[in-house]
Amino acid sequence: MLYSVVNPPPFVDARAELTAPKQEKALLETAVNLLVPSATGDGEFHGPSINEFFPDVIFFADTPFEINRIILIRFLSVAVLMLVFWLGTRRMKVIPTRMQSIAEMGLDFVRVNIAEDLLGKKDGRRFLPLLTTIFFMVLFMNITGIIPFLNIAGTSVIGVPLLLGVISYATFIYAGVKKSPAKFFRNSLFPPGVPPALYIIVTPIEFISTFLVRPVTLTLRLMMNMIVGHLLLVLFFSATQFFFFTADGGFKLFGAGTLVFGFAFTLFEVLIAVLQAYIFALLTAVYIQLALAEEH
Amino acid sequence: MLHAVIAAATEEAAPNPLIPAVYDIIWSAVCFAVILFFFWKYALPKMQKLLDDRAEAIEGNIAKADDAQRKAEAALEQYTAQLVGARAEAGQIRDQARTDGQRIVAEHKEQATSEANRIAATAKTQIEAERQAAVVSLRSEVGTLAIDLASGVIGESLTDDAKASAIVDRFLAELEATENTSNASTAGKN
Repeated sequence: MLYSVVNPPPFVDARAELTAPKQEKALLETAVNLLVPSATGDGEFHGPSINEFFPDVIFFADTPFEINRIILIRFLSVAVLMLVFWLGTRRMKVIPTRMQSIAEMGLDFVRVNIAEDLLGKKDGRRFLPLLTTIFFMVLFMNITGIIPFLNIAGTSVIGVPLLLGVISYATFIYAGVKKSPAKFFRNSLFPPGVPPALYIIVTPIEFISTFLVRPVTLTLRLMMNMIVGHLLLVLFFSATQFFFFTADGGFKLFGAGTLVFGFAFTLFEVLIAVLQAYIFALLTAVYIQLALAEEH
Repeated sequence: MLHAVIAAATEEAAPNPLIPAVYDIIWSAVCFAVILFFFWKYALPKMQKLLDDRAEAIEGNIAKADDAQRKAEAALEQYTAQLVGARAEAGQIRDQARTDGQRIVAEHKEQATSEANRIAATAKTQIEAERQAAVVSLRSEVGTLAIDLASGVIGESLTDDAKASAIVDRFLAELEATENTSNASTAGKN
């Protein structure tokens, strides 16, 4: 994980003595990510915590249909996504308008660079709706992490990454089984070209890597990137706030540094958002391709 | 991540981010289903149709271009043929004009010649007529003159017209006879 090593900011020690009991409690609350030692209390520094990903319920409390802020952000992403592509594909002409060009560019990216590139024309078209959905759903939900007033990615809570991971998993198994069940499991578990005796070792490894690790890595890679990205941004900007308005004298200068870092990581988050969407769709395509392949 | 898991396990207040809530899964599935349906049934078919249309349009344009090329070639051929025809026609007209010109010149020449001949003939007859008239008038005048002269010489009036004219006629006949003989002698010499 990209962000896991971050040095504690220097001001922590200075505060520790003053608020030791409170800090201990706060540490417990926020230790889950261990990114930020934090202090609570009036005028103290507030670090981000994992609780940010579990905001208060807004609608339908205590039912399976609870809606909180993050769910609403997801709905918004879905609405914007459909609006963009509805506008872009509403009146498609051979000579595109500007809006159509954008929609076409996005759809072509998935179609050409992911689906057809890996799966070929025929299978690429078969799985194109799924790959397109995965790519744009992840992209639009990731990007909310840096949009002002939303400021949290819809994919930073496990629901979406897990669901998409499971769908990707189910899809490549479906693709392999539909084509030829025997060949699929043979190729997956008993890779050709390996001496039979080695299957004792190879087969369990292949089983774990193909049928257990794949969905887990898909899910965790996406979710952790988004969680950590969010925590980093919160850390930088809350530190900026703290340095500028609470810290004394020379510490105010640190605020400029954290602000610059916050800005830089905001840009970096754009890259991460696109990259994670691409990786998720691409890996799904790769898994389908491996399942459809005659031999590995 | 391990830290997070352990911390989450030891801390009740902080929820474990790895354990999905039911509502989370439900709403994620709803979002996914909506987007999948949207792309599957709306956006991607439209996109596919567009790609087909575009391919068709390109093929159509190629066909159109071929057609245009064929037409242009046909037109060029036609123009070339017309040009050749026009050239041949122009040559024909030139030849025609030349022969016509020659014919006209010849006609005019002929006409001029015949006219000249006619004029010459007319002139000749006129001259002949005038000569005859001159001869006749000369004959009478010379006769009178000669008689007058002779009357004066011989002192005798040759008033008797019959006699006088007989003398003149005889004189002239003699004159003609000598002329004829001299002519004949010259002819004989020749």
